[in-house]
Amino acid sequence: MQFFSGSSTSDVSPSPAAPPGTATGLAGNNANMLYIFNRSGVCLLYREWHRPLRTLDANQDQKLMFGLLFSLRSFTAKMDPISADKGSLGVPLLPGQGCSFYSFRTNTYKLSFMESPSGVKLILITNPKTSDHRESLKHIYNLYVEYVVKNPLYVPGTPIRSELFNTNLDQYVKTLI
Amino acid sequence: MDTNDSLRLASLWHSMHAISQQLSPTTGCAGIELLQADTFDLHCFQSLTGTKFFVVCELGTLHMEALLKVIYELYTDYVLKNPFYEIEMPIRCELFDLNLSQAIQKDRIALLGR
Repeated sequence: MQFFSGSSTSDVSPSPAAPPGTATGLAGNNANMLYIFNRSGVCLLYREWHRPLRTLDANQDQKLMFGLLFSLRSFTAKMDPISADKGSLGVPLLPGQGCSFYSFRTNTYKLSFMESPSGVKLILITNPKTSDHRESLKHIYNLYVEYVVKNPLYVPGTPIRSELFNTNLDQYVKTLI
Repeated sequence: MDTNDSLRLASLWHSMHAISQQLSPTTGCAGIELLQADTFDLHCFQSLTGTKFFVVCELGTLHMEALLKVIYELYTDYVLKNPFYEIEMPIRCELFDLNLSQAIQKDRIALLGR
């Protein structure tokens, strides 16, 4: 690592290579919002790029989003036609337990969801016509690990206030197709 | 899955559908159409009167919207037009059950040709 070499930052950038399915040439503003929740339901980050409609205040909106994910998780776990032991409806599920979902689509937006083994939930809301975002969410999770978790000044469980993370996120989100 | 569970799942789905409309970033959201889970896909169709039909299928199954429309037609024909059917009550119509299983069994190509 060359800390004092004055080389351009792009050489030492810790962000991993963008996954396939993203193209810098076809930059579109497809992303609407991103939410990051931790295991206990605290909203670590809310970021929006394009949101003309707002029905609730920010705090209520985040609570509603977490509630929706929680219920959809128990819904899919119970609905799963494959596994025999499905537990009972409404009991909180551990990360990775039971059948989960990765995306849903309505006529106006598409929500992609990822849960890390430690219970961090990433929610990306995009244009309904965009492709599968499972890889994109993994990439955003990598950005989170690099710029937030590895930041020595970051206290876990507190809202993310990292300039570097935000700029990298904005940059990446512009490339989503 | 027993009757209680299906009732609870149905009411859960109903509220999820409504919440998803609240969270939309733009106006004119009509609720969840497709839910993609690890082991299944769920397609949902809402009629103009608010009756919701959903079908749980294998990952990546195509033409489910068409199937849901067919089921909706069967529902209007064999359930709503049945003089002995009381509205908002559980459906116990033999003809509907029969035609429903036929529609599901029917070759997908026949469905495509509609």
